[in-house]
Amino acid sequence: MASLLRATATWGHFPWRGYCSRIKQGKLGEDFVQALRAVVGSPHVSTAAAVLQQHGHDESMHRCQPPDAVVWPQNVEQVSRLAALCYGHGVPIIPFGTGTGLEGGVCAVQGGVCFNLTHMDRILALNPEDFSVVVEPGVTRKALNTHLRGTGLWFPVDPGADASLCGMAATGASGTNAVRYGTIRDNVLNLEVVLPGGQLLHTAGRGRHYRKSAAGYNLTGLFVGSEGTLGLITAATLRLHPAPEATVAATCAFPSVQAAVDSTVHILQAAVPVARIEFLDEVMMDACIRYSKLDCSVAPTLFLEFHGSQQALVEQVQRTEEITQANGAFHFSWAKEAEERSQLWAARHNAWYAALALRPGCKGYATDVCVPISRLPEILVQTKEDLKASGLTGTIVGHVGDGNFHCILLVDPEDTEELGRLEAFACQLGRRALALHGTCTGEHGIGLGKRQLLQEEVGAVGIETMRQLKAMLDPRGLMNPGKVL
Amino acid sequence: MAELRALVAVKRVIDFAVKIRVKPDKTGVVTDGVKHSMNPFCEIAVEEAVRLKEKKLVKEVIAVSCGPSQCQETLRTALAMGADRGIHVEVPAAEAERLGPLQVARVLAKLAEKEKVGLVLLGKQAIDDDCNQTGQMTAGFLDWPQGTFASQLTLEGDKVKVEREVDGGLETVRLKMPAVVTADLRLNEPRKPRRRRSRCSRPGTWAWT
Repeated sequence: MASLLRATATWGHFPWRGYCSRIKQGKLGEDFVQALRAVVGSPHVSTAAAVLQQHGHDESMHRCQPPDAVVWPQNVEQVSRLAALCYGHGVPIIPFGTGTGLEGGVCAVQGGVCFNLTHMDRILALNPEDFSVVVEPGVTRKALNTHLRGTGLWFPVDPGADASLCGMAATGASGTNAVRYGTIRDNVLNLEVVLPGGQLLHTAGRGRHYRKSAAGYNLTGLFVGSEGTLGLITAATLRLHPAPEATVAATCAFPSVQAAVDSTVHILQAAVPVARIEFLDEVMMDACIRYSKLDCSVAPTLFLEFHGSQQALVEQVQRTEEITQANGAFHFSWAKEAEERSQLWAARHNAWYAALALRPGCKGYATDVCVPISRLPEILVQTKEDLKASGLTGTIVGHVGDGNFHCILLVDPEDTEELGRLEAFACQLGRRALALHGTCTGEHGIGLGKRQLLQEEVGAVGIETMRQLKAMLDPRGLMNPGKVL
Repeated sequence: MAELRALVAVKRVIDFAVKIRVKPDKTGVVTDGVKHSMNPFCEIAVEEAVRLKEKKLVKEVIAVSCGPSQCQETLRTALAMGADRGIHVEVPAAEAERLGPLQVARVLAKLAEKEKVGLVLLGKQAIDDDCNQTGQMTAGFLDWPQGTFASQLTLEGDKVKVEREVDGGLETVRLKMPAVVTADLRLNEPRKPRRRRSRCSRPGTWAWT
């Protein structure tokens, strides 16, 4: 808690263009807070400083900007009434799930009321034969998979953190399994959304969970990735997948970054249905080996995972081994038992903390560009050169199967000069990706820091269309202001 | 050892992720409509038995569960994980409340003799009562050696080497089979059961006693 309070005083803010400073500094009127209490009950409204601080930041480096009040609605009717109340009084609304976002999406740049939706944590409907489930915002990814473990189904989108599923839908999350199972965009069938004025919208129709449809405009797609700027997601219908019969994890070290990425491209071109294919550069491997006590070499490495039947796995592993060896790989090893696989993937998931451990006392910032796979070797090599030139400490870890990689940069939050170099590097990287027909954010979202890059990415007409949609759904501009646009 | 058969006892308990609520009349906890699943330590025991079968050290894995008709769901999960047969010892719901380790141990002892198994595997304890008695009592009734809190299990000829987690650290015992072993947390990480409805012709026979 002490570090949270210190954070507001000492972290400099990113001087990104278009960044909104707090316009309204005032607290909410007492009768407004009373009105909030009347809807959800006193225990579910808070204006305590510590609670506000906790809800004013996520896992990113953006400084804490607390809201003026936090409410915990217990059901969708309360969400609707609270939204209407706030909208009527011109008070900004900020949805909050698990607070595990990476782009400052919950920072209350204009104050307002933070809607912590985690008390709504039921799994509303599970349809195993239809491979679908309806969840409320308080249900996290791990909680859902635990619930499903006896059914032979699972939800594969795995962004690393134990995030709220509705939050994942709001930010357009992805993860290590996307190369085979898709991102959250491909796995949301329907959303229940409370619009800013309080109306309840079912984006694909109430209670519907079909696999495909050609009916009308794709409202589900509109809200996925909208980062809370168009409405509050109060339930999501998700597509489930059959759990694989068997799983094998493998690691493979390469003499160079180019060789590793070439292998990835060849593996995908050979139509090997690899479930996970992750790249770690030698700096990242060094950090992971030290942090997780792995028995691997310090070299650019691919972490792979294969799902399928026993026979299919043998074939997949064999094919992959041939391809990687043709690209000069050494040290191909694989793990079949669940404990060994968990250990391997825990090391990968702990990459963030392993990187932070490289420079204790520093904060981490992750870039998130995504380019067509054919341009991946080019941008990775360029990024490593840029890293050296900028003098920043950084590691590279990526979902290379999607052409998406993260550069984890470690900076001293008190060093404004270093922060400046970080901003320049991140911007340059974003622009490099855009130049290669890619996107500035593959899975983290735009949030606070990438709004300028979004404009460059979609162009003037694109941005104008988005602004018009936003103006139509949220004319007063009160839904999570300062984000995305 | 290809003739070795394993009996695995599985218990149906309230799912570990469920928030337990006490009944208003304070006579117990609410179980109606609450999600139940296989006891996590029993899952570990089933996983170990199935791994032994995959290594061709065990010929047949028989799962057994005592309780009301819903226990069949738990047995189905064991079959979906790789057990060959399931035995449901049916106990009417009213009496099932009073079913405890002593009664279950008697049943398991009888079944172990009847099915001529060489290895009885159980979870070390159930997460609803935390008794940690059934395995030990079963061994007592059978007069078989026991290796409890196993974190590693290796078959060596006609003996089973069990590394046990005890208060002072780790203890290794060698038991002459037939023997009883109870599984602790670090024995293995259980697999997810395969999608059961798509299984075509798995021999999942039922026996009612």
